[in-house]
Amino acid sequence: MSIFSYFRTQKKTTSASVAKERLQIIVAHERNKRTQPDYIEKMQREILEVIRKYVAIDDDQVSVNLDNNDECSILELNVTLPE
Amino acid sequence: MAKIIVVTSGKGGVGKTTTSASIGTGLAKRGHKTVIIDFDVGLRNLDLIMGCERRVVYDFVNVINGESSLTQTLIKDKRIPELFILPASQTRDKDALTKEGVEKILNELKERFEYIICDSPAGIERGAQMALYFADMAIVVTNPEVSSVRDSDRILGILQSKSRRAENGESPVEEKLLVTRYNPERVIDGEMLSVEDVTDILAIPLLGVIPESEAVLKASNQGSPVILDEESLSGQAYGDAVARLLGEEVEHRFLEVQKKGFFKRLMGGA
Repeated sequence: MSIFSYFRTQKKTTSASVAKERLQIIVAHERNKRTQPDYIEKMQREILEVIRKYVAIDDDQVSVNLDNNDECSILELNVTLPE
Repeated sequence: MAKIIVVTSGKGGVGKTTTSASIGTGLAKRGHKTVIIDFDVGLRNLDLIMGCERRVVYDFVNVINGESSLTQTLIKDKRIPELFILPASQTRDKDALTKEGVEKILNELKERFEYIICDSPAGIERGAQMALYFADMAIVVTNPEVSSVRDSDRILGILQSKSRRAENGESPVEEKLLVTRYNPERVIDGEMLSVEDVTDILAIPLLGVIPESEAVLKASNQGSPVILDEESLSGQAYGDAVARLLGEEVEHRFLEVQKKGFFKRLMGGA
């Protein structure tokens, strides 16, 4: 820090805070993937192929989630169809 | 009972070998019989960092294959009486380490040593998995930088699913975070992730913070673990980490910018 930096306006978002935010998102995403069974990813791809037979959609328009509760597991499938 | 500690990170170049050398040396210096094993088959480097590269005769793979005895293969450190090094093989056969072979040698080492430090290769392949498989504790070496933090999280996932303790349903591998190449000045300027940022994301207990320092390169140039350079901040920080490893309560130092004179600060001197 030099004398000139005292006059510099404080930046609102520092590159370190951008880094932290990006990391929190990607790490949460990857942890989620780790805890779910291996077949989920393959199933997601196959479901995508089936839907693509009828509608043109992108990869990120389908999300498959598996929630494990004490007594049961809930498989949640979300497809966003284009207008 | 001997404790097996793996030094791991996922990402390369973050300071695994430097850490293995310093933590191992520090434990031995405090009177604990310690061996440091280089698991990086094909890319032996611990010997250089420890300064015993010209004394390597046999290696880890030789012992596993029964071509040499442990006593013939272990290199006794010339500075610290309780310290030994087991060098990696330079073979290009990446399947040279087998789980059974590694287990057999670790069991023999357990009889002779209090601490067994496993210096893991980078990556998440076979070599890295072999290094962490038998561990009781993992020191996860992380730089305050996005790719290193992400890779550390992946290694944590592997520790929790692919280690022997995980496979046998035993109590999990104890995880410790060691942040290396830390630069408090850049943290204050918002250019580097802070220790809190990294611990927030990885959510494991902090073993220590090693400040970025010229002493580390100087130490490796000379083949002397940086912990032996007691003048240097990195050396002192490793000393603190060893004390914490042994259960002592030591406050974290070197997290703040070192105080500089008024004039130096005015001129923006580093």
